[in-house]
Amino acid sequence: MSERKFSVWKGTPEGGKLHDYSIEVDKGMVVLDVVHEIQKLHDSNLAARWNCKAGKCGSCSVEINGKPKLGCMTRLNEYGEDETITIRPIKTFPIIKDLVTDVSWNYEQNKKIAPFKPRERDADGNHRFMQRDVDRVQEFRKCIECYLCQNVCHVLRDHEKKNKFVGPRFMLRLASLEMHPLDTENRIEDIKKEYGSGMCNITRCCTDVCPEHIQITDNAIIPLKERVVDEYYDPFMKLYNKIFKKSKLRIYIIKSYLVTLR
Amino acid sequence: MLDVKEIQTIEHDVLVVGAGGAGIRAAIECAKQGMNTGMISKSLLGKAHTVMAEGGMAAALGNVDSRDNWKIHFRDTMRGGKFLNQWRMAELHAKEAPDRVRELEDMGAVFDRTEDGLINQRNFGGHRYPRLAHVGDRTGLEMIRTLQDFCIHQGIAIHMECIALDVLKNNGKVSGLVAYWRETGRFVIFKAKAIIFATGGAGRAWSVTSNSWEYTGDGLAMAYRAGAELMDLEFTQFHPTGMIWPPSVKGILVTEGVRGEGGILLNNKNERFMFNYIPEKFASETADTIEEADRWLDGDKEARRPPELLTRDVVAKAIMNEVKEGRGSKNGGAYLDIASRQSAEHIKKKLPSMYHQFKELAEVDITADPMEVGPTLHYFMGGIKVDHETQSTNVPGLYACGECAAGLHGANRLGGNSLSDLLVFGKLSGDYASKYCQKNRLESTSEQEIENIIRNATDILNKEEGKNPFLIHENLQKIMNNHVGIVREEKELIEGIEKIETLKVDIQEVKAHPASQYNPGWNAAIDLSNIIIASEAVAKSALIREESRGGHTRLDYPDETKNGLEYNVIIKKGTDGKMETRKEMRSTPPEHLSKIAFSSLEELEENNE
Amino acid sequence: MLATQRTDKWWIEPTLTAFGFLCFVIYTTWRAFSGENFVADNYLSPFYSPLLFENPAGHGLDHSWFGSWPTWVPNWIPKSPAIFILIFPLSFRMTCYYYRKFYYRSFFLSPPACAVEGIKQKNYKGETGFLIIQNLHRYTLYIALLYILILYYDGYHGLFRDGTFGIGIGTIILLINPTLLAFYAFGCHAFRHLIGGKEDCFTCPAGNEKIKYKAWKKVSLLNSKHMLWAWASMIWVALTDLYVMLVSKGVITDLNTWNN
Ligand SMILES: Cc1cc2nc3c(=O)[nH]c(=O)nc-3n(C[C@H](O)[C@H](O)[C@H](O)COP(=O)(O)OP(=O)(O)OC[C@H]3O[C@@H](n4cnc5c(N)ncnc54)[C@H](O)[C@@H]3O)c2cc1C
Ligand code: SF4
Ligand code: SF4
Ligand code: FES
Ligand code: FES
Repeated sequence: MSERKFSVWKGTPEGGKLHDYSIEVDKGMVVLDVVHEIQKLHDSNLAARWNCKAGKCGSCSVEINGKPKLGCMTRLNEYGEDETITIRPIKTFPIIKDLVTDVSWNYEQNKKIAPFKPRERDADGNHRFMQRDVDRVQEFRKCIECYLCQNVCHVLRDHEKKNKFVGPRFMLRLASLEMHPLDTENRIEDIKKEYGSGMCNITRCCTDVCPEHIQITDNAIIPLKERVVDEYYDPFMKLYNKIFKKSKLRIYIIKSYLVTLR
Repeated sequence: MLDVKEIQTIEHDVLVVGAGGAGIRAAIECAKQGMNTGMISKSLLGKAHTVMAEGGMAAALGNVDSRDNWKIHFRDTMRGGKFLNQWRMAELHAKEAPDRVRELEDMGAVFDRTEDGLINQRNFGGHRYPRLAHVGDRTGLEMIRTLQDFCIHQGIAIHMECIALDVLKNNGKVSGLVAYWRETGRFVIFKAKAIIFATGGAGRAWSVTSNSWEYTGDGLAMAYRAGAELMDLEFTQFHPTGMIWPPSVKGILVTEGVRGEGGILLNNKNERFMFNYIPEKFASETADTIEEADRWLDGDKEARRPPELLTRDVVAKAIMNEVKEGRGSKNGGAYLDIASRQSAEHIKKKLPSMYHQFKELAEVDITADPMEVGPTLHYFMGGIKVDHETQSTNVPGLYACGECAAGLHGANRLGGNSLSDLLVFGKLSGDYASKYCQKNRLESTSEQEIENIIRNATDILNKEEGKNPFLIHENLQKIMNNHVGIVREEKELIEGIEKIETLKVDIQEVKAHPASQYNPGWNAAIDLSNIIIASEAVAKSALIREESRGGHTRLDYPDETKNGLEYNVIIKKGTDGKMETRKEMRSTPPEHLSKIAFSSLEELEENNE
Repeated sequence: MLATQRTDKWWIEPTLTAFGFLCFVIYTTWRAFSGENFVADNYLSPFYSPLLFENPAGHGLDHSWFGSWPTWVPNWIPKSPAIFILIFPLSFRMTCYYYRKFYYRSFFLSPPACAVEGIKQKNYKGETGFLIIQNLHRYTLYIALLYILILYYDGYHGLFRDGTFGIGIGTIILLINPTLLAFYAFGCHAFRHLIGGKEDCFTCPAGNEKIKYKAWKKVSLLNSKHMLWAWASMIWVALTDLYVMLVSKGVITDLNTWNN
């Protein structure tokens, strides 16, 4: 047990400031434990979100010493013994109170995305696809919706282009749908026009902060950008796709392939 | 002063309280039946407890071992529940789970695959065959995200961070519910023909628990106050493997999947002690040598299962006993070793969040070193008493499903049976609540009732002096840990109940900072009035069950009794406002089911239809 | 500008990268315009490869593809053969997803580092405005793939001096150069997409693994270290040029089997 110094932002949409606390800390404690100690002993009115305390629900996103992080997965021993640890709410979304922000914008973006549309099941009532076909998608589906990536993305954070770009979390969701082997919907046009894939300048901050270590930029956003290129900026590819992808010729080839397999 | 007419009012046919797996599935079903459906939750959408579930979802798909079928799943569930389950519920569950899982796949879930491209299934405690559909060790996340992404397109009104206070009734029927918005602290009245509770358990009553702040037994307490009966609350599941070190993470769950993937339990003498704790009933189906257990891990279908995969109650008690007899690990638990059993790569692929959890929270690399684990309060087998099929309570218009409902799991839940429970009974409750709505009108609400509910909540804010809700909660957790823990005793229980009584007085005196906007102190104070009811109900139920069975262990009655099988313990609010406990006789099991439950495995494998 | 609450030394990384890259740019510009010392016997500097024409001073005749410096080239064009071709590798690198990341960060401060505010642009357009040309990256990739062949050809040349087979330090350096470039180019995001990434299902309809999947897996492996290969190949190309220059100037002697 030892005492450590903390500084926590408290306030409302109208404004607020940092409050200093000195807290007894125990071995292995994380930043969220400190918030709870403050609530219990100093200020029962300090607003904060949390649920699982194990990095699984993505509720406890804050900025610790200026870095977007999960409070429940940030151990105090990451910081120097006499460094003051400063806890602020995430910046990109409007303050509700103290460490709690209004993230409803994210839920609206999700709703805009065309839902999953599966192909028919096989005759025996099962869907069949191989593990290696979904390794990619499963990486994306690890997302815990902590919105740290949305918070750090400069398109939303600094340039406030919330009307032009859905943000990395939803590019990730789009990628998980577009690369899903069962899905039959095509969202490429919307990805370019509605969701703003071009707004991302692949500077990778989303990837840097993702607590699930998802390679958002490399594995989701850039591949989507490349799919947009196929459709909009690469006339040769477009031509090729016209001839071989959607045409009867292609369907014929697939059919005869299937027949030879049987 | 308080004008009820000024308060925001929202009308729905069905209001679902809770947005976990059960709640969302119920809401989807209601919307599908054309109901005007609303759903409220304490947290944001997608953050409910279900998100934390790790290991998987049990359903006899037979994808990995084709010998599996619903009858064997049913039999496992009954045996795991020590035959105190509601027979018909266990039957419905086992029969419908496979369809519910496949349906989830059509909503977009991406389960791990078998070699043939089907949904993969893993081994889990008490399940005879590999049965748990899973996604690494984040199955709950997959489930809730799938349901979430599906439900937002179904026309359901989703009210987030909206906390239910109490049910409104008229003519004995449900007429609505009063709730408040966390963000503003303002109140809201929901008028509804039917209400479905899917609020989960009350694990926060213990200090060592895998549960989150939401688990304060709100549904149990609201139903109780509304006159519904609660059942089987003495059966609380202590999961054998929670983290025990460092202190700040004590209780956080280590999935049973670790053992399903081959992990073994060791004491400080490096012995696989579980071989010494195989109950007679399971002896014929459990390996009795290390050699046989290892063959099982290598996929030998003739070999029997290792004893680490016995049911949770058995494993939890075994660890407790090792510690008591001085063979515990450094910090008072057992060692769980996967490092010496599987390659680092396999561990990272199949148990990624366990790997990170230990790496980041305990600075332990589970691919190299063993974990230290001990029992943690995990699940409520008991809850609101419901009809086995319709999921209705004894209050017309009030339904319950998921962890807050009782019956499916009997005295002990098998791992993985909860996630499938949520889907099967979430759907059924939505179905029957919709049917109820079609036959019934919207009842009127009473202003007086609303005013009382609101006054109770605002009183906490309007005090000059008062007690700290967080400290009272801590007190309660200590009481429950010490008096109503894994092993119970008459003297301790009586003492615990007395302490709970005195705590009730303290709760009357709690005070919170007067600002009602997003005020955790106030939220916690309100939760106290619910969790205390749940705690009292557990303690009282535990007191009158004078035997040991599944999740309920009595030092003074260490064995299962024949008589214990004949009743369920029921809790009800008496006319005098006091809590009443009684034993309700169980009806004789349906013949076709009891035949299955007592058949041998071979018989069930053969007539697989 | 540069407003942040970060307390760590966030500026180190963008500054170092900027510095490293500037060094390269300055060196390359100097060398590209110098138009001298790019040939040392059978070694040709990669900055000058493919050598379309020898320079006016008559260097590199046996390497040049089309002979001597053409008379139709206007006078204001610097008299360096690198002028014609350097644009290709340059455009490849400048539209590379990794380079984009770092120069947007280090030079355009958009953003300078994570959770650090750059220049606030009211009209931020990302890559939808002028920068839409970045979408042509895959075409520059095709050229880069050709370059790998050309540079291997130069390496192959490095094995023969006046018709005699042999090997020297220079040969090894010249052979490593296209290898690193290959590691870089085959880990390219556009390549990763084209080779298989664009499929939604690698094994549909029959569940059999296709060659596409294996290729995509390998490319993904390289891709995950793309930054490393970007730097390694960039530094190496400069080192190769430096080596050729120093040998050509006689500052150092190439160790080889031909006894010079
Ligand atoms: C760490 C962990 C791992 C687990 N692993 C597994 C597993 O592998 N397999 C398995 O089958 N089971 C597992 N379980 C158990 C299973 O996850 C839960 O039992 C199940 O998710 C409960 O779901 P539910 O829908 O009933 O409730 P929850 O998902 O808990 O949802 C409860 C909902 O009710 C809301 N609520 C509560 N009170 C109120 C109120 N007053 N007003 C408004 N809303 C309210 C909450 O906000 C929440 O939305 C695990 C549990 C834990 C904790
Ligand atoms: S890589 Fe794109 S989405 Fe991610 S933070 Fe940068 S600009 Fe935003
Ligand atoms: S992608 Fe990562 S950072 Fe973004 S919301 Fe999901 S988990 Fe959080
Ligand atoms: S509390 Fe769930 S992620 Fe931190
Ligand atoms: S992405 Fe870097 S070379 Fe194409």
